[in-house]
Amino acid sequence: MNPVPDIYRILPEVILTLTGVLVMVVDASLPAPWPRRSLGWVAAIGTTLALWASLGQLALPVGTAFSATVETSPFTVFFHVLICGIVLVAILLALDTLPAKSHHQGEYYALVVFGAVGMCLLTSAVELLLVFIALEISSIATYVLAGYRKDTGRGPEAAIKYFLLGSFATAFLLYGIALIFGATGTTQVYEIARAIPTAQNHSLVLAALALMLVGILFKVSAAPFHVWTPDVYEGAPSPVVALLSTAPKAAAFALLLRVVYEVFPTLRSLWSPLLWGVAVLSMTVGNLAALRQQNVKRMLAYSSIAHAGYLLAAFAGLGSSGIAAASFYIAAYAAMNVGIFAVVTLVSGYEDELPLIQDFRGLIYRSPLLGALLIFFLASLVGIPFTGGFFGKFYSFTAAVGGGAVWLAIIGLLNSGLAAAYYLHLAFAAAQRPVESDGGAPVLTPQVGVAVGAALLFAVAATLVLGIVPGEVLHAAEAGAHTLQAPPAAAVEPGVMLTSQPNP
Amino acid sequence: MNESILTLILLVPLAGAVLVALLPDRGKLPAWIALLTSLVSFGLTLHLPAHFVLGQHGFQFEINRPWIENPAISYHVGVDGLSLWLVVLVGLLAPVGVLASWNAIKERRKIFYSLFLLQQTAMFGVFLSLDLMVYYGFWELSLVPMAILIAMYGRRDGPKAALKFFLFTFIPSAPLLVAILWLYARTGTFNFAELQVLIATGSLPAGPLCWVALAFLFAFAVKVPVFPLHGWVADTYSEAPVALAMVVAGKLGLYSMLRFHVELFPAQARAVAPILVALAVIGILYGACLALVQRDFWRLLAYAALSHLSLITLGIYGLTFTGSDGAVFQILSHGVVDGALFLLLGALYDRYATSQIVSYGGLAARVPQTATLFVITALAMIGLPMLSGFVGEFLILSSTFTGVSRGWAIAAALGVILGAAYMLWLVQRLFYGPPSEMALSKPGVDLGLGAQAMLWPLAVLMLVMGLAPSLWIPTIENRVGTPLVKELTSLPDHVSTLYSHLEGLR
Repeated sequence: MNPVPDIYRILPEVILTLTGVLVMVVDASLPAPWPRRSLGWVAAIGTTLALWASLGQLALPVGTAFSATVETSPFTVFFHVLICGIVLVAILLALDTLPAKSHHQGEYYALVVFGAVGMCLLTSAVELLLVFIALEISSIATYVLAGYRKDTGRGPEAAIKYFLLGSFATAFLLYGIALIFGATGTTQVYEIARAIPTAQNHSLVLAALALMLVGILFKVSAAPFHVWTPDVYEGAPSPVVALLSTAPKAAAFALLLRVVYEVFPTLRSLWSPLLWGVAVLSMTVGNLAALRQQNVKRMLAYSSIAHAGYLLAAFAGLGSSGIAAASFYIAAYAAMNVGIFAVVTLVSGYEDELPLIQDFRGLIYRSPLLGALLIFFLASLVGIPFTGGFFGKFYSFTAAVGGGAVWLAIIGLLNSGLAAAYYLHLAFAAAQRPVESDGGAPVLTPQVGVAVGAALLFAVAATLVLGIVPGEVLHAAEAGAHTLQAPPAAAVEPGVMLTSQPNP
Repeated sequence: MNESILTLILLVPLAGAVLVALLPDRGKLPAWIALLTSLVSFGLTLHLPAHFVLGQHGFQFEINRPWIENPAISYHVGVDGLSLWLVVLVGLLAPVGVLASWNAIKERRKIFYSLFLLQQTAMFGVFLSLDLMVYYGFWELSLVPMAILIAMYGRRDGPKAALKFFLFTFIPSAPLLVAILWLYARTGTFNFAELQVLIATGSLPAGPLCWVALAFLFAFAVKVPVFPLHGWVADTYSEAPVALAMVVAGKLGLYSMLRFHVELFPAQARAVAPILVALAVIGILYGACLALVQRDFWRLLAYAALSHLSLITLGIYGLTFTGSDGAVFQILSHGVVDGALFLLLGALYDRYATSQIVSYGGLAARVPQTATLFVITALAMIGLPMLSGFVGEFLILSSTFTGVSRGWAIAAALGVILGAAYMLWLVQRLFYGPPSEMALSKPGVDLGLGAQAMLWPLAVLMLVMGLAPSLWIPTIENRVGTPLVKELTSLPDHVSTLYSHLEGLR
């Protein structure tokens, strides 16, 4: 029945794991004074291979492996490619910006790659226990990365805060999984989906839904579970934030899509208004707080909270239109956010914790390339047409209007008008004439190396492609959306543990 | 050629922008490329009136190709009598703008000219698009280069003015986008012509449609601006680089009102027309009064523009056939006249580095060419017969008088008189009277060759437009919305009366 060897269904994860192990082993066996930069290239090549392997998975028939715990479908491939792409760009970014004398470069690349394993697995797991394990793999890697700059005050603080709140949220998710097991007698996603309409203990299911949503919404930093975001982004090094603000969120959104559309589609009347509220709250809180920030990283942190809100607006869309819109938005958001953090890293350097808006003044006069790129990515975040940000918002709000949530679209678009104020505050500061030299420290002109140049090129190309010819990506997102539903019982291959739950 | 001309018009400035961005920022190289590009694109726009078929109903040079399948967005462009001359106007102002920046922009020329050409593409896009989403895309895109350039080259506090400009025009386009999405959700199309038919046949619920029309109107009214939404104008005019201010001023909003409000929602437009007529008359008088008391000539120009653009709004929402002819003609005339004024004031500003009117005085003897051209332009602006400003003003005011309300027409005419007052007073304070200290202490350098090369043709154009409006009027009437507006006209016999006026004029 299932001619595809199981290993093919987790090939990207296997490649990433081997890469991580290789990087770690080589790092440990190299003499201490040797430079570790080439390990970054190893990680980059491994990630590229994993990306290629994910694309290859499109040729496989949709199905599951390892006793129906892992799924491959256009949906998982979409997110695999996205996550591998983000990780690749983050590695390229780190190659040129990590301080050369750091002894921990090997660990850095290994952690990034292991994090990618967790995130990829999170998007393809259809067994809640595996979901939990994948989430932990990715979380632990990112906790450590957040505190990677351990000799400064804020690095460890960021890591501890992220770790404590993150584990707390994961506990919510775990509790939710436990309750759902209690209610349905299984942790396999398809089985749960089939069991829920007839589950006897309805209140248990509701509690499970609420707890799982809390856990996931924390990971996507949606309000009111967003308080960790600004502190972590501020304390973590900028190249790490480029990764943190995109890849784990993409994975968590994939999980959210799976949970609400595949596990609980029948409870739409419950989670839909809930997510409506969270969306409005996220965008409003994020934008209002971002308006007051002077620190660019904190501002972008609040902006990412607002973007989580715009993204959640897509969940008001019915069925596959909502899923496709959300998937597309994640891709667009990832492209522009990675891009903007790459520029911030180059401008303010790896060490700088507090890049203030005024430090960006006159950037376009100092470095026309970076200035123009900064303005470009900010324009995309604002949602100017012909950039990825526009079509992201466009599809998201089209889905919302299509689902009848006209007010959500109006609030969202007014919010994006509000958001323009702080994005453009930064953009116009960069465009302004620089202050005449007042005898202070000389302002460095940032240099753009090969690897980071490639990273920026990827980000710009992705943002432009998503803004001008979004058709292909949207097709992929729609193809993914159509596969995101529990198959009918007959389609599940034998070997799946049947549970004691009485079937209707 | 006819099939791809519109694509070429859109792509040439864009290609120029990319070329400027790729080549090194050395000396005047970017300026030369921009000049060449804008001349080429002006030449291309002239192809349109040359091959425009009079009397053929509907859009011409139309291209309609699917761009994105779902939602169904197509690359759909075309021109009719309404957009035809506006496209040519934008094409004409491009080389003028480049020459106006020739000496004014001294650093980061590459970014300036690159964005200037991008702005060109966005403007063409707004006038050409017939797909609502593509139109919206260009509409938003047209904000960006303008805002960045205001921030970069602002005279005092660029970023603040840029932010004000951007937010004032960006936030109202949020309801506009929701309205477009709602139309799409209901009809499944963004195509202008299809939507026009669907709305006219009443296949959409009237209640929400009313709000949709209002959302469209609101976005356009801010952009024009219509009183009381004019808060951004003065700062933008006084901070924006001359080239950008003259290219952008007024046209986009007024065109959009005609095309996407009056033509798309005729019934809803008729419902709100009385309010807009009142606001327009208030705007005419208010702008003129404020222009009278300004001490800074950029701000004076901004309020003068508010007054003149309000007059055009009056022509549009009078909903008479002649009134909208006059409005379109007046947009063209205002574009030319305002462009020339911006150039002349820009030249003065470059030389004397101040926009305080009181610092000037008695310049006529020292810069005679500037003075002569300024007087001609000012006269065109206040609507002296035989110059371009007269035709539009006459058509608008007379159609308002006969077709809308005598009271409003008289009040609007009062604004025109005030207009003459502030313009002539400005001329007097700048060029005549005893020479000021500044005029004496600085060497009087008259217009350079480049400036003359663009100002004299503009002056001749003002004269031709004033003497022979019939070169333009028939094509302007050949617009898609004409039958719809005709239906709304309550007094069709006045149309003929007005036309005999116009004939007699020649």
